[in-house]
Amino acid sequence: MSEVIRVEDLYKTYRMGDFEVPALRGINLRIEGGEFVAVMGSSGSGKSTFMNIIGCLDHPTSGKYFLESKEVGSLRPDEWAQIRNRRIGFVFQGFNLLARTTALENVELPLMYNGFTGKKRHERAVEVLSLVGLEARRDHTPTQLSGGQQQRVAIARALVNGPSLVLADEPTGNLDSTTSHEIMELFQRLNSEQNITIVLVTHESDIAEFASRRVVFRDGVVMSDEKTR
Amino acid sequence: MWFMTLRIALRALGRNKLRAFLTMLGIIIGVGAVIAMVAIGEGAKATIRSQIASLGTNVLIILPGFSTQGGVRTGSGGVNTLTDGDAKAIMQELPAVALASPTLRRNEQVVAGNLNWGTLTQGVAPELQQIRDWQIAQGRFIHDGDVDSAAKVALLGQTVVHQLFGNDDPIDAIIRIRNIPFRVVGVLGAKGQSSQGTDQDDTVMIPYSTMQKRLMRITHVHTIVVSAVSADRVPEAQDQITALLRQRHRIGPDRDDDFTIRNLSDIAAAASGSAQVMAVLLGSVASISLLVGGIGIMNIMLVSVTERTREIGIRMAVGARGRDIMLQFLVEALVMAATGGILGILLGVASSNILNQWAAWPTHISPDIVAIAFLFSGAVGIFFGFYPAKKAAALDPIEALRYE
Repeated sequence: MSEVIRVEDLYKTYRMGDFEVPALRGINLRIEGGEFVAVMGSSGSGKSTFMNIIGCLDHPTSGKYFLESKEVGSLRPDEWAQIRNRRIGFVFQGFNLLARTTALENVELPLMYNGFTGKKRHERAVEVLSLVGLEARRDHTPTQLSGGQQQRVAIARALVNGPSLVLADEPTGNLDSTTSHEIMELFQRLNSEQNITIVLVTHESDIAEFASRRVVFRDGVVMSDEKTR
Repeated sequence: MWFMTLRIALRALGRNKLRAFLTMLGIIIGVGAVIAMVAIGEGAKATIRSQIASLGTNVLIILPGFSTQGGVRTGSGGVNTLTDGDAKAIMQELPAVALASPTLRRNEQVVAGNLNWGTLTQGVAPELQQIRDWQIAQGRFIHDGDVDSAAKVALLGQTVVHQLFGNDDPIDAIIRIRNIPFRVVGVLGAKGQSSQGTDQDDTVMIPYSTMQKRLMRITHVHTIVVSAVSADRVPEAQDQITALLRQRHRIGPDRDDDFTIRNLSDIAAAASGSAQVMAVLLGSVASISLLVGGIGIMNIMLVSVTERTREIGIRMAVGARGRDIMLQFLVEALVMAATGGILGILLGVASSNILNQWAAWPTHISPDIVAIAFLFSGAVGIFFGFYPAKKAAALDPIEALRYE
């Protein structure tokens, strides 16, 4: 299995006026393809900062980030945008679907920015919606979908361009426990059947149980990193 | 890709149609106003231009007195210096001159039966018909015999016929001016409004000699109307007339002319020029409202960008580049401006047609102005949409996603 994520000596410091806030203090981490990693830590631990950097939304102050063996930590915003479009899929706690837009159109969004048109776009979007079991609801808007269904649409959107990496930030935070488990089972299925690498932030232990590896952040460093199955 | 961006933009605007419409209103009114204003100006110009044509571009008018505008010549009999002899000499002796007619004018009450009507009475020579291009609707014009005998004959303009005779035939009827009976020998063709706004059909024409001897008891004339051989020989004719009159009136080389020569098409051109200035002025003022419309678009787009911060963050997270976001918002602004432009054009055309029908103002829509107004509204959309679009594109995705 090839590596998907490798960070070397990653530092991130925020400057707030006269203060310097060290959010990450020398992270060294390696995630192989096909892993299902749960990232945990209290707020201020640096886990969100870490996710922003590996999601190509922010650049490190120093250190290197290799995505699929290519150094991407210091690329330009436009190049990052392309990476976010094709190689990474995001799933958010608040679902972040476009309002008054159908499930199908939401899923099509990354395809539009990838230059897909008309029929091809439509077919691909329907394909991933079926993968998450929501093909029948493709014309529903977010207000017509339950929380769990919205999150599944969001997951379909994250997968539509065929990325190797999915980053999920507290994806079950807004869901009840039954639905949360359904979503986590979906992630497991995608991980084992489609071999998609998943890095998932959570603060709940029972959610973290679904993953196969647990990385705990504290005060900007990795405090523990253990395989859980 | 363009089509997709357009669809995204239309969808976004469609989500709040009322707001989009209110934003467009500035452009709609601005473009509508520009088109209507320019149409009015163009209509005025066209009217004047057709009146210049009807006046004849080779017509000169000689007035007694100095050339100061509106100034009254006082002193040694300046007002009485033109005579019909001058007119004859001008016509016969000057090569650049085709025809000349002495004229007199005075407002008189004209009586027919038990009706009377105040009208401009003009004493004229037969040449005037050709010089001023008067058509004859019935009967005949004044001829030389009438002048020689100071005959009491008259031609009536259309308005006078209508007022005094209704639908009856006025030929051979008797009208009275200052209680002197005149026989109607002809009816003038219609001419309509002059460029100064007077009704040219509200007139009675009689031989100038009759006017001099029987109505006014004078021997001079008020003006001499001259037609040059051709339009480009008008300056030459003007020079020749000046030389001749100075000689006839025995004006020494160190003294001013005791007459003024006016070129009728100069007057009309001046009127046309001021109509042009008016059109440009009105158009400029209307264009200002277009700018205000643009500011309205910028305002609403800034609000829209702020409201949709989250949405922008989502788009960036799934791979929209700065330029994709910028293009999206620019297209939204452009669509609003262009739609406003089209609606404004419709409004402008409708307004100028209404003015045409109901207020009888002449209007003329030029396709150039329509195209310019449309392009201008597009440019306003791009220009005023640029800053908000740039702001949207410059958002940080992490911050944008956090935005409530």
